[in-house]
Amino acid sequence: MTHSILTNEQLKVFVQKLITKGNVVGIQRKENKYAFGPLENVDDLTLDYDVALVPPKQYIYPQWETLLRFQTEPSVKVESVMEAEPVTVIGVHPYDLKAINQLDRFFEDHQPDNNYLKRRAAVTIIAVTPKRASKWAFWSSMDSAHVETGYDLLLTDIGEKYVVETGTERGEDLLKKYAKTEKASTEDLQKREKIRLSLSDMCAEKRRLAASLKEVPALIESSYESEVWEKQAEKCYGCGSCVLVCPTCICFDVQEEMSLDLKEGKRWRVWDGCLLENFAKIGSGENFREERADRFRHRFFRKGVYLYNKFGEVHCVGCGRCSEACLPDIADPVQVIEKLKAER
Amino acid sequence: MGEGQGEGDRHSRSPPPRLPHQGGGEMVNYLLDGGIIMATAEQSLYLPELATITKTSPLTATEKLFEIKLNSGKDLGHKPGQFVEVSLFGIGEAPISISSSPTKKGAFDLAIRKVGNVTNAIHNLASGAIIGIRGPFGTNFPYEETRGKDILFVAGGIGLVPTRSFINYVLDKRLDYNRVIIFFGARTPKERLFVEELGEWKKRSDVEYHETVDRGDENWSGNVGVITTLFPKIKIDPKNTFCIVVGPPVMYRFVIKEALNKHIPHHRIYVSLERRMKCGVGKCGHCQINGVYCCKDGPVFNYSNIMHLKEAL
Repeated sequence: MTHSILTNEQLKVFVQKLITKGNVVGIQRKENKYAFGPLENVDDLTLDYDVALVPPKQYIYPQWETLLRFQTEPSVKVESVMEAEPVTVIGVHPYDLKAINQLDRFFEDHQPDNNYLKRRAAVTIIAVTPKRASKWAFWSSMDSAHVETGYDLLLTDIGEKYVVETGTERGEDLLKKYAKTEKASTEDLQKREKIRLSLSDMCAEKRRLAASLKEVPALIESSYESEVWEKQAEKCYGCGSCVLVCPTCICFDVQEEMSLDLKEGKRWRVWDGCLLENFAKIGSGENFREERADRFRHRFFRKGVYLYNKFGEVHCVGCGRCSEACLPDIADPVQVIEKLKAER
Repeated sequence: MGEGQGEGDRHSRSPPPRLPHQGGGEMVNYLLDGGIIMATAEQSLYLPELATITKTSPLTATEKLFEIKLNSGKDLGHKPGQFVEVSLFGIGEAPISISSSPTKKGAFDLAIRKVGNVTNAIHNLASGAIIGIRGPFGTNFPYEETRGKDILFVAGGIGLVPTRSFINYVLDKRLDYNRVIIFFGARTPKERLFVEELGEWKKRSDVEYHETVDRGDENWSGNVGVITTLFPKIKIDPKNTFCIVVGPPVMYRFVIKEALNKHIPHHRIYVSLERRMKCGVGKCGHCQINGVYCCKDGPVFNYSNIMHLKEAL
């Protein structure tokens, strides 16, 4: 919507003000890695980072989320719980934001999930243009280097200062209230444009996908009977690490517990993963996806084919986290696509 | 119940929806407002409504019939073939097919087999107990498309439970339908469900009833053999016949083969499939059959729509 400039100093002042006004989560150093966490002091914010250990999705769609509270004594009562805590998340990269947009669309589709949507509405996102990519990242190949919507503010470091773009009225409002911005000059915007163009080459050359993104759905779909799935899954632990770190994974289980006096309790949802053995198992004992290879293949089909058919986008943003997290090194989509392409 | 937001009530894609207490157009302090919203009045996809068990009766050693009434007094308003998510607060939720026709007013039937935590706990409940109900969910049997046509119902074992909702619907509107043929197969005579009703169907002159068991016992004088052995006993008009198939996973392929051998076209065969259904509304992912969700694109499927799905049958 609008462009303006925040000097490094003014950005600090802005963020510090946000910290005093409400909950802020920011990208910070965690030993030799980076992670999102509660931001107590603006000096802990490290906007120049390659990838966060886990995606910021947890602030929009947490690992555990209460759905209901109920009581059984003296009478049965049940009420819906919707936890929508306002929080500002600073430092979201475009590929993680694209994943959040995909989550928004999924939870809104068919029967809108208000537990998710209400929480999403309470989250303010200050995105940041990446300056470097992790060695596993391949988001340049996944059309995830740029995102047009989903952020309230987008920061791009052009050296000593940031170009600030507003994405929503909320973003404009925050700048008006808490930030001292300057006008962006033509030179500033040119620098910003140059950085935008460099994003398509920011990921490592050897992380370029063997097929074009356009080819991916058809490539995966036509490979249902391929031996690649079994070969990869031979070493699969079924540990679900790939699911755990993935910004687009959202499958969940529903559980509940009672208080010790058996008078009240709550029901919640918790992250679950299709790679896990019991994901498709029913009460009678029948497991509809018993083989590891079938589960491994399903995840690729869901993200590359089924969700693509439904929403028009491949649901992998190339963050590279599953590639890094997989201990037997079989989950890497770059590797799998390369192997599928080689079969043609 | 469990409708969530109606079709016309969708949030627009961007910007994200405002919280209910944020007025339209007003600039509010996004950072301080809000907190944990106890959305008691807000419609949640996951909020059950309360219901009471009004009657229980045993069907077999492992199955029990429950008659349920919504505490609101309203009818469930379901279509034959749909299911509900039954809550036992403190234990969990289980998806159960609705076994009564929507023509039965005031209460609905759930025939439940005890297989896990929730179903075992339900079996221990008596009349008057309060449970939670979400739904009805899922697609329904083609009660409209089959009007004026012949229907061949093929129910194997527990597959009779959802099929019964459609059979009784058809029998309650008998003149709207043509031939009614029922095939029921159980493993043993003791595992037959709804025995009295089976007898009533057998007696009716406007129903062709055929039954078999996999293994007989000393009192059984009827057919012995798998359900496919009933197919040679009838002649059908393939141009006019719909085939409804519900049963254990292993049954489908064999029964469909028999139906196709009688030249019933793919698009007039309907199946009701079972998967691990948790949320019932197409979000949690557990019930996926390749790219479709059994809870919202099913459980009733037109065979021609799923024959290419590798994981379906």
